[in-house]
Amino acid sequence: MSTTAKTLAVAGAVAAALSVQMTTPAHAQAQEKCFGVSLAGENDCAAGPGTSCAGTSTVDYQGNAWTLVEAGTCADIELPAMADGTARMGSLEAQDRDLPA
Amino acid sequence: MTGQADFTQALLDPKQAVPEGLVDPQGRPAPKRFDVYRNNVAVSLTDALETAFPVIHKLLGDDFFRAMAGVYLRAHPPSSALMMYYGAAMPAFLRSFEPVSHLPYLADVARLEIAIREAYHSADSTPIAPETLGALAPNDLMQARFTLAPALRIVTSDWPIHALWQFNMAGGPKPQMQAQDVMVARPEFDPVQTVLPVGAAMFVTALGQDEPLGTAFERVTQTHSDFDLSATLGCLLGASVLTSLTIGPPT
Repeated sequence: MSTTAKTLAVAGAVAAALSVQMTTPAHAQAQEKCFGVSLAGENDCAAGPGTSCAGTSTVDYQGNAWTLVEAGTCADIELPAMADGTARMGSLEAQDRDLPA
Repeated sequence: MTGQADFTQALLDPKQAVPEGLVDPQGRPAPKRFDVYRNNVAVSLTDALETAFPVIHKLLGDDFFRAMAGVYLRAHPPSSALMMYYGAAMPAFLRSFEPVSHLPYLADVARLEIAIREAYHSADSTPIAPETLGALAPNDLMQARFTLAPALRIVTSDWPIHALWQFNMAGGPKPQMQAQDVMVARPEFDPVQTVLPVGAAMFVTALGQDEPLGTAFERVTQTHSDFDLSATLGCLLGASVLTSLTIGPPT
């Protein structure tokens, strides 16, 4: 691509992006802080630990818990292997030992 | 009397003896009191990690996550008093932690969760008006350099990290296998995620290193012939991450 062609391509892309911006209604609508209405898990704890959204607890899980099988959502997610065939993930095969009660 | 180093070590290692010199008001050794304190440290740091990584917590389940947190907090105790940044070593930890080696996407999900937290705590900024770009002559446009919002974070991944986040935090559909680069920004009060088009992460990184728009565009199109500049600019303007514009070479 020549320099002129590139310049035109960039100018065209900017113009296209701007025309989308101007016609997107959400853009014109400014946010307003409203407490107590955020969707569960959406934004309410984005502040992280050490802030008012961190809870308290009293029991520590110590010891050799490594035999535990993950009980979370990672087992629900089935993603095929990558293109190179390695790194198969998801669809954990449930192990018949050490299952949490 | 015990040194602080001994005390700190014993705090994170339950197998270590209670530091010498810890006594109750009657002057007797107080091992149980130390145990309570030791337990509270571990519990509070475990809770901090759970708050910091809600998606990892959900992916692994409560029992597994809290047990893993016990290993993490002993290997990586806080290095700063600011708990909101605790867990910075989690991506590297997840990459090398053998029990999760079959879940290679965890580290990138943790990077995304850290980016969201960092964006939340970053300084506010005012974006340029989109019209500013439109008013530039094509040649000036090629020479335009930008300052990016302090809250801007780019997380590139070979995994569908945004879909995994949505699935676990916002009731999104089951993730489909695809690489996702995510931009985290804070146009108003809360962090907002945008899935970037192909090549956009490289483009934004180049802009962040003070490269002019034309140079950055050229760099990306060399490796990504299908790079969509228009869509990319739409993402950047929509997330209010362009905060200043200058024309010409760096001063």
